Amino acid sequence: MISRGERVANYVILSVFAAFALAPVVVILTAALGPADSGGTAGLANFAAAWEIGRFGDYLRTSLAVSAFVVVVSVVLSIMSGYAFGTMRFRGRSVLFYLFLLGIMMPSEAVAVPLYFDLRTLGLIDTFWSISLPQVALSVAFGTFWMRAYFRASNRAIVEAARIDGASSWRILWRVLLPPARPAIVTLTVLVFMWTWNEFLIPLIMVTSESLRTAPLGLAFFQGQYTSGFTLLAAGSVIVATPVVIFYLFLQRHFVRGLLQGAVRD
Amino acid sequence: MAAPPGEPRRVAYLYLLPAFAVYAAFLLYPIGRAVQISLYDWDGLTLGTWAGLDNYVAVVADEGLRAAFGHALVLILFYAAGPLVIGLALAATLNHAKVRGLGFFRTVVFLPQVIAMVVVAVAWRRVYAPDGTLNDLLGALGLDALTRGWLGEHAFALPAVGVVGTWFETGLVTVLLLAGMSRIPPQLYEAARLDGAGAVREFFAVTLPSVRGEVAVALTLTVIAALRTFDLVYVTTRGGPGTSTTVPSYEVYHRAFGLGQVGSAAAIGVTLTVVIFVISLAVNRFADRRTT
Repeated sequence: MISRGERVANYVILSVFAAFALAPVVVILTAALGPADSGGTAGLANFAAAWEIGRFGDYLRTSLAVSAFVVVVSVVLSIMSGYAFGTMRFRGRSVLFYLFLLGIMMPSEAVAVPLYFDLRTLGLIDTFWSISLPQVALSVAFGTFWMRAYFRASNRAIVEAARIDGASSWRILWRVLLPPARPAIVTLTVLVFMWTWNEFLIPLIMVTSESLRTAPLGLAFFQGQYTSGFTLLAAGSVIVATPVVIFYLFLQRHFVRGLLQGAVRD
Repeated sequence: MAAPPGEPRRVAYLYLLPAFAVYAAFLLYPIGRAVQISLYDWDGLTLGTWAGLDNYVAVVADEGLRAAFGHALVLILFYAAGPLVIGLALAATLNHAKVRGLGFFRTVVFLPQVIAMVVVAVAWRRVYAPDGTLNDLLGALGLDALTRGWLGEHAFALPAVGVVGTWFETGLVTVLLLAGMSRIPPQLYEAARLDGAGAVREFFAVTLPSVRGEVAVALTLTVIAALRTFDLVYVTTRGGPGTSTTVPSYEVYHRAFGLGQVGSAAAIGVTLTVVIFVISLAVNRFADRRTT
């Protein structure tokens, strides 16, 4: 069995790595709660200052709108396409599925450049759509893969029974298959939310007006412009990171499962 | 493989249509356009001129671009190799130990994965700043001779960026390996013990072969993350000092929107895509062959 010394050593190892993982987080948090850059107000007032001076309130609103749109649209579309791939047989099924799989591995930096120039030609650059729709496409590739795996493993007998009762395929999907699919859908939802909220490159390329800056983009610009100290920058960082971290603390299982099981995209 | 599930349904196409439409318009078509643009010399404004494969030749021949891909290789050491070695050692140690607080540990080491990379970069810029946390720490230890502006010196900037990668990938790899190791049947360890295997032999004979699948997943995720590094470099160094930390993704952005070399940017993007495909397939083929 394990000796006492070994046990102590294990706790030391755990603590050292936990401390390493937390150190930069602690650096940001203590700075955000520290004395104000001007020397005046401090503590929680720093967040209020960042909200106003750093305009993080505005950036958060954009991020919220983009994330809500991308999550709702890509989850619904993924449920539908995953249903088709997972439970139906049709010509071109495997070819189409491999086409979707390509999208999981496709780095957004490769497609963002041509997208920018084509959207510019269409006059769509610097709009809500130019930030959202490319991210829907990226998320739908993963979501299709994720929901297909779920529907393939789902109970076939229930579906057959519902069909014999005369239920349409649409009704079977939403009334029969979906209720037990909730855990899989929650996992997909939190992953897509996290990816969208944290995305940097697509908003960086697609957006020029300040009113459309997402939270990470706003933070990057703020870091470039604001030079009178670190406190407001740290407070802004906390504001940007907090929504996803809160979701993570409550739905940790879903984050870990999703990122480890399916995700090649990040 | 079993017969494909379900009965023939035409209606399947209707269910696929919306997802496929968005996917085709915003991913498939643009990647096709990227290939097309990569064959031109184009500044993004005026008419492009045909360049054939010149932009791809430059990926290999151009010293700056070769350096960018070289930096990506260095980052792979920090993002993938480092976390894998640390993760294997950590997970193997913790798997046997009946320590309390493992759940809390998992929550903490996985946390860096969910924090926006821009925030991570801001935090580490602070750590590395000339008057930052790391130098304070070195000063407190009496090692003032070692203090420096970590992101500002040619020799240190790239490893400094790499360490950030080690920081946020180690938790992912450790949690992944811990999950794999917890599924190893205890009988295997008992058998190894009866054969008189020590901790080290047990690791190589039992533990490592049993988590081959997890190792493959860990390598795929971390190597791709290393190759795609963008946010971190953009916020911490912008490729500098000089070009000492520039990476392929940053070159894509910089060339397309900074230098007006859109064709070259597209070629780098396409090359990066191909490299990522090949690595994903190779790692998975390797893992499959070893398990069957």
